[in-house]
Formats: sequence, structure tokens, C-alpha cells
Amino acid sequence: MADWSIELADLTKRYGNFTAVDHLNLTIGKGEVFGLLGPNGAGKSTTILMLLGLTEPSSGSAHVCGINSTSHPIEVKRKVGYLPEDVGFYDDRTGFENLMYTARLNSIADKEARQRAEKLLMRVGLTDEKGKKTAAYSRGMRQRLGLADVLIKNPEVIILDEPTSGIDPTGVKEFLDLIVTLSKEEGITVLFSSHHLHQVQQVCDRVGLFVNGRLIAEGDVRTLAGKLFTGSPYLVEAGIAGSNISPEWVSALVMPMKGIESVHSGNNHWEIACSYDATADIARRIVESGASLTYLRRKEYGLDDIYYRYFEGGNDHE
Amino acid sequence: MDSMTFTIATLKEAMTMNSIFKYFHQDRHPLSKDAASHPFWVIVKKEISDHAHSWRFIFLIAIIALTCFSSVYTAIANIEKIAGAEDSEDAFFFLKLFTISDGTMPSYLVLISFLGPLLGISLGFDAINSEQNRGTLSRILSQPIHRDSILNAKFIGSLTVIGTLLFALGFVVIGIGLIVIGIPPTAEEFLRIVSFLLLGIIYVAFWLNLSILFSVRFRQPATSALSGISVWLFFILFYPMIINLIAKMIEPSATASLQQITNYNKLITGLMGVLPNDLFSVASTTLLRPSVRSLGALSTEQLYGAIAGPLPLSQSIMLVWAQVTGLIAATVICFILSYTAFMRKEIRSR
Repeated sequence: MADWSIELADLTKRYGNFTAVDHLNLTIGKGEVFGLLGPNGAGKSTTILMLLGLTEPSSGSAHVCGINSTSHPIEVKRKVGYLPEDVGFYDDRTGFENLMYTARLNSIADKEARQRAEKLLMRVGLTDEKGKKTAAYSRGMRQRLGLADVLIKNPEVIILDEPTSGIDPTGVKEFLDLIVTLSKEEGITVLFSSHHLHQVQQVCDRVGLFVNGRLIAEGDVRTLAGKLFTGSPYLVEAGIAGSNISPEWVSALVMPMKGIESVHSGNNHWEIACSYDATADIARRIVESGASLTYLRRKEYGLDDIYYRYFEGGNDHE
Repeated sequence: MDSMTFTIATLKEAMTMNSIFKYFHQDRHPLSKDAASHPFWVIVKKEISDHAHSWRFIFLIAIIALTCFSSVYTAIANIEKIAGAEDSEDAFFFLKLFTISDGTMPSYLVLISFLGPLLGISLGFDAINSEQNRGTLSRILSQPIHRDSILNAKFIGSLTVIGTLLFALGFVVIGIGLIVIGIPPTAEEFLRIVSFLLLGIIYVAFWLNLSILFSVRFRQPATSALSGISVWLFFILFYPMIINLIAKMIEPSATASLQQITNYNKLITGLMGVLPNDLFSVASTTLLRPSVRSLGALSTEQLYGAIAGPLPLSQSIMLVWAQVTGLIAATVICFILSYTAFMRKEIRSR
């Protein structure tokens, strides 16, 4: 129990007839970066609200650092920093003043709060803008200020709800790097909710796929791929040049190898599906046959594929 | 001479207000230098400083201060005429500053009962919904504070601002009176003025709570402001009109018995008496005019043998206790409604 930062047991939330979160079971370890991935309206935000004790679950329970979120929300909120989607600040105050306000709400003594705010503003790269009113901040700056705001209470867990929406790609990269560094340095557990696949893939140790209020798959990206693409988790792409190259020829060449499951061709580009990582063997085979190998690439299934498998062509999973 | 006095008074008032707001805007509480203050008072302080810095509030102060000064000015200009006439009220000469007018400008009392609602509505109509629209509400709620702290702090903060403003204005009027008339108020007069100011705060608190209720209920600040103003207009314009209509319809004939006429009068005053502004004006008139002996009709028997004379303060307060309780009850009801609505609300970002 001490090793778990977040524990959700049979967590359910219903709005009338609509079930937003359906018997969710999930545990997240200390210091882990967990990505909650799902389309809009999957129930991610509702889950987060229940974690913070901002809304009551219909049944089931949520524990953060061993504290029940529903019955002891204040203690939970002392340990959890929450960055809502599209965070807002008091526009007529400066970034620094906004941070100080949050610090005071957390009963941090002024002197310490001041030091912490300065340090965090430097950390998120807003030192030059700290005296500006937040009305003048760009979207990316607000989001970074939001991260500082979350961190000022020295949280054990931070929850980021779609933190990157609306930031430009460079900003996103910086922001994500910041999160990873912080998590590793301070040992903070991070729950990162998003519908952006690449971002989740970039930063998260573990990913949960969340659809229609249910967690349909969970694990690191590789395990997830393995679970979803049973049979042929590896795909090798090859370019073969030569005078007598035909689909039949390539099939005849590779199919006798063990573990090779199918060969698809298209315009001198071949896709070979196999049950183990056969890249090296395929390379040797082609080179030995005398044909010229122009390129060879092992394709790993990314979240994109997982995602599309589920959400686009995934009606059969219903 | 007069204009000099006014300039000095205005300057004084500006200075008091400034120092008061400076006090609230201080980064630290003077009593607790190092220890962090309770989150609730952090929010209260922020609310007060927000109000003090907002243009809306500055304009409101300007309007209210200007109208109050002009009403006091007319009162002072006319006080000599009235002072000449000897009557039993002469002992309470000072209170007339708040109540008399020559018809061109309404009296201070009437102005407060008219502008008070505006003050309350304008300080409360965007209390909750603007925070939600700015996306700050969900951020604040995720801090370790109780949810009701926010609502309570908003109420206390605005009430402090209102109280400060009303007391400052009231005392400035006393000050002007002192300078111009030269007669200091007696202790009882002073207490009467203070209780009138307290009553004014309760009255404005009612409107404040009503508008906070609308701000919890309606997502758009414009909607909640308009709702507040329409309730105000309804109470001030339409409700009396409707009562008048009813009164005309059920008016007893000239041959009706005394009993019927008394009942009729009771009904009409009862119907009017549910209005917060009516409660306020009846109660404050009684407090500021010690000669008011009863709020209902008196029969000849009751008046027989009575010696016309002012009531002591305690008796005046007894007389208006029902009105005061009514106002407080209305305030509490609004607060409870907004409280329950806010506690049940699910706060999502934006």
C-alpha cells in the first residue's frame, strides 16, 4: 500500500443514466509518470475530479497517498497539485503575485513562499516575466506558470489534465521535458491526461487507454502493443532493388524462415510481419540472395497504431 | 465658507478610505509577522484588495459619496428653517442631517435605501461565475481549503468593504455636521446613527447575498447582474404598483366598520412589509426619528393620555425589531440558498 500513490477501486460515476466512469480499477506507483490516454469525453476529467475530492463517486473509492479522497479531500489536496485544462489566473495580478496567493492558501509562510516562488519561476523560465500581469501572458507561459503554481506546495502527486492543449510544438516539447525532469528529480508521481499520443509516449512510463469510462488496456507502450497485436508484434520494412524482384520471389525468399508470418508489397516497398525481431536474419537472407537491399527498418508499433486500432477501426471492441 | 468645509471633508474622507485600504492591502498581517494566516483570511484579504482596486468600486464610491454630500448639503441649507420651529424633536437636532430634505434632493436616508441595493448587487454579481469563467475557480478549489471558505470569504470580504464605506460616509456626514452646525451630537444621537449604519449594512448585505446567489446560479455575469437589477426594480417599482392595484380593488366602502378598515390597513401594510427596502426604510426612519411611536395605526384609546415625546433608543429598537429580524432572515435565506447551490455544484475547468 505504501508503494502506491494513487489507488482507484471500482470507481464509478454516473450522471443520471449516463455512466461517465465505469468500475475503474487502477494503481499508480510512487514516482511513476502515468499517461491517461483517451478521446474527449472518455471520463478522464471526471476521474481526476473524483481523485481530488471535487466530485463524489457514485460507488467505489479513490485513495491518494493512502488517504480517501472523498472523505478527506483537504488532506488529499495538500499532497496533490492539480493543473486543470486551460488553467486560469487572476489577470490583474502579476505571475509572482498569483503564485504567492496559492502559497498563502497552502499556509506557507511568506518568506519561504517568496523563495520558492522565485525558484520555481526560474525553473519554468518565467523569471523575466514574473512582474508582468498574467493578462499579458501567452498560452504557453500560462501553462508554465500553472506548473509552477502546482509545484509551489511541494506536492507528492501532480495531476495534469490536458496540459499541452493549445501550446505550439516547441513549447510542448519544453513543457514535457520539464515534467519528466521534475518527476525524476523530486520523485513526484505524475498523472498525465491527454488525447495526444506522441506526448504521452514521450514522457510516460506507463499508459492507460481510457474509453467510455473504462480502462481497456494498461501497461508500457511495448506491452500494450504486444497485447493488442498478438501474433505479429514486429514489422520489418525493407526496400529491395534488383532486376527480377517480384512478390513471388520475395515470398519465396523469406517465407521459409521461421517466425515470418506475412509479406506485403507495394512499389518496391516490402512489409514483413514476424513473431520475433527478425530484422537481422531478414537482412542477411536478402544480401546472401544477391539482391541489393536499399533500406531496412524495424517498425515498432507506436501509440498511434494502438490508438487507431482502438478508436478508429475498433468498433469490434465494444 | 461652505465650499471650504466640503473640500476639507472630502479630503479627510479620501484619506481615511486610503489608509483603510492600505491596511487591508498590506502583504502581511501586522499581528502575525511570520506565521502564515489562515487560508480563509487570505481569500478575504484578496477579495477586499480586489474590490478596492477595481474601477467598478471606485465609480460606485464616487457616485455614492457625491449623492450623499449633495443630500447633506441640502439638509444643512434647510436646517435653519426647521431649527426655528420649536418642537419636541428639537433635542434630536443632529439626526435631521440624515432625514430632512427640501424636495430638490432626497434625504441621506432615502439615498441609502435607493443606492444600497446597487452597491450590494455590483459587489456580488460576479463573485463566483467570473472566477469560473476565468478558470481560477477549479485551481483555487484544488488547494487545501474547504469549498465553503470561498463563498464565506467572498461574502465577508464584500461586507467588510461595504461596512467600511457606509461607516466612513456616515462619520463624514457627522463631521460635516459638527463643523457646519457647531453642535456636537449627544451620545444617544450618536448611538442612533451607529445603529442606523449597522442597519444599512444588513440591508446591503441582503442585496449582496442575493447577487451572490445569482452568481452561483448563472454562468454569465451579465445574466446575474441583470437578474439582480430586475429584482431590485421589481421591488422598487412594480411591487408597490401591484399592491396599490390590490388595495384599490379590495378597498372597503365608506360605510365599512372600523374593524374592517383596520383589517384592510393591516393587510396592505403587511403586504408592503415583506419588501426588504420597505423593511429598511421603516426601520431606519424609526431609528432616526425618535418621535415615531408606532408603526401601525393607533386607535384613539391608545393615544388617549399619551404624552407626545421622543422614545428612548431601546424602545425605538424594540419597535423595529421585527423589521430588523425580517431583513436578517432574508439575508440568511439568500445565503443558505447560494451555499447549498455552490456546495452541490460540480466545478469543471472553464
